[in-house]
Amino acid sequence: MADIVLDHITKKYGDGYEAVKSMDLEIKDGEFMILVGPSGCGKSTALNMIAGLEDISDGELKIGGEVVNSRAPKDRDIAMVFQNYALYPHMTVRENMGFALKLAKVDQKEIDRKVEEAAETLDLTEHLDRRPANLSGGQRQRVAMGRAIVREPKAFLMDEPLSNLDAKLRVQMRTEVAELQDRLGTTTVYVTHDQTEAMTLGDRVAVMRSGILQQVDTPGELYNDPVNLFVAGFIGSPSMNFVHGKVSGNEIELPFTTLPLTEDLRSAVGDSDGREVIAGLRPEHFEDAELVGDHLGAGVTFEAKIDLVESMGSELYAYFDAGSDQVDKVEQAASEAGLDELAGGDTNQIVARLAPESKARRGETLKLWVDQDRLLLFDPETGERLRA
Amino acid sequence: MTDRARSERRLGWLLCAPAAIAMLAVTAYPIGYAFVLSLQRVDLRFPEESGFVGFDNYSAVLSSDLWWTDLFNTIFLSVISVSIELCLGMAIALVMHRAIFGRGVVRTSVLIPYGIVTVVAAFSWQFAFAPDTGFVNQLPLIADDKDWFGERFSAFSVIIMAEVWKTTPFMALLLLAGLTTIDDGLYSAAKVDGASAWQRFTRITLPLMKPAILVALLFRTLDAFRIFDTIFIMTGGAQDTQSVSILGYQQLISRLNLGLGSAVSVLIFLCVLVIAVIFVKGLGARQPESGRA
Repeated sequence: MADIVLDHITKKYGDGYEAVKSMDLEIKDGEFMILVGPSGCGKSTALNMIAGLEDISDGELKIGGEVVNSRAPKDRDIAMVFQNYALYPHMTVRENMGFALKLAKVDQKEIDRKVEEAAETLDLTEHLDRRPANLSGGQRQRVAMGRAIVREPKAFLMDEPLSNLDAKLRVQMRTEVAELQDRLGTTTVYVTHDQTEAMTLGDRVAVMRSGILQQVDTPGELYNDPVNLFVAGFIGSPSMNFVHGKVSGNEIELPFTTLPLTEDLRSAVGDSDGREVIAGLRPEHFEDAELVGDHLGAGVTFEAKIDLVESMGSELYAYFDAGSDQVDKVEQAASEAGLDELAGGDTNQIVARLAPESKARRGETLKLWVDQDRLLLFDPETGERLRA
Repeated sequence: MTDRARSERRLGWLLCAPAAIAMLAVTAYPIGYAFVLSLQRVDLRFPEESGFVGFDNYSAVLSSDLWWTDLFNTIFLSVISVSIELCLGMAIALVMHRAIFGRGVVRTSVLIPYGIVTVVAAFSWQFAFAPDTGFVNQLPLIADDKDWFGERFSAFSVIIMAEVWKTTPFMALLLLAGLTTIDDGLYSAAKVDGASAWQRFTRITLPLMKPAILVALLFRTLDAFRIFDTIFIMTGGAQDTQSVSILGYQQLISRLNLGLGSAVSVLIFLCVLVIAVIFVKGLGARQPESGRA
């Protein structure tokens, strides 16, 4: 087991394209680190550089304190789980799992023991002598995991290992992966584009965009305290709502209501009265005013005409128009922050997540409540979060 | 079976019929006719002596030294040239597969020899090795007066070179097709698992290419066994370099002994059949398996 340190790691291709730009990341011994971001953000490239499958153009990579930049993958003592599993089709499950040990000239009895032990852990014992082609998706995924764990490597590298599974199996395997990593305590770097996996699996999550590391933090911190528009919009589902806002004294004017500014936010925006900002409010920080009860005072109520209601059973999504004629500014800032890559790029619509008891009806006006303490403000020019 | 299924099946047969009839006309009929001829004494120089002789022609062929020498020559040439072609073809296939730039140019230029008519290629090689006018004898380390076609095994070596030069591209192309079915991810996985380049080749590439290799070997062996043009041009069968096809040609065309010639042809057909059965049944050259997990 070992820690992994990326020190200004850069990947530059022959045509000058930089897939990963000066990435700094320290992954602690035994930590479960998630690399997350939209496709093309450089997360897989970063993982391949750690594995040694891609050359590092610049910077230093240390595994267990040793610089490994110029080492071949086999000399880095890492194991990898691939998105399509990359199981050897001509070998049985047993041979697949034991292949690395066999190449390392480990004694055959020892190989058998380790493979059987891993098969036991992964519930693969009865499939040991079958070929990958005869296994189900979930079983293949397990074999890929097994191939990694029999080696007892310094670190596991996983490249979207669950994305080829159907939704139900993915949830089940997610739990199993988490349990396995917890039990083995092996340093793990896990690449995914799925923010649910990122939030549920990782000790810490590194959010990337266009080759640049945006923020590294625990899932909770990423959710509560994002550093910029991109992270704020990427983490959380449905995505955070962004609206144009204008500071006016101790208040901020939003298209649909006016919110008082907390002390912190007040100092964050500075003295400039009339400053224009982008305000971020998560869908879950809205509620049907009738259902808020005692907390009513902690927020502001306003009326909105509901355009669409989606019922999920356990919750209800109500969409209403931001009603702003200055939508362009938000859109521009959002696209600069890369948010148009995300689903639901319609900045004109605000989505509120309401309790299922809500009487929200399409086309009717509803009294909504919003939690004023959860308001986040961003600089419209840079997309950076405004903080005290 | 329902009516619908039955009529669909009938339609299937009807649609296959033209192709099946064409195949029978151009393959089954000549083979059958050759077999019939081989059981008769048919010599165009003595047409009045024709008649059914049973397996006499076969015993005549099988008891002659000439047949066995020619059979040895044919097997020798086939084994040596196909082995060399397999190694070279594999190397070229790997290069074509890995070529990053100029893929089209590489593939096209590799294929040029295969596009040249065998007779023309054979003449080119013969001219190159001709003792008086060829350039090969001008090269250093080679005796100026070496008579390549004057001795059995030096003639074989030139014949093999010409064959290899001409048909390696075909081998390479068949192998390349097998190579492209292998998922690149397997090589990444093998690298991480600690396999060296050589181990990746022997433990991943070769086993997964086995079906493609067997198909390529089958095609080329059957082809090589029927070698005719190159030998005919270079030595005409002199210096004991005759192949079984040349033997058949001589009996049929030069000596007009259709019965004996047909017996040779039928025996060649049987040899080819045995080779095919060995590859298909014995070595399992069945449909290529998918290289993906």
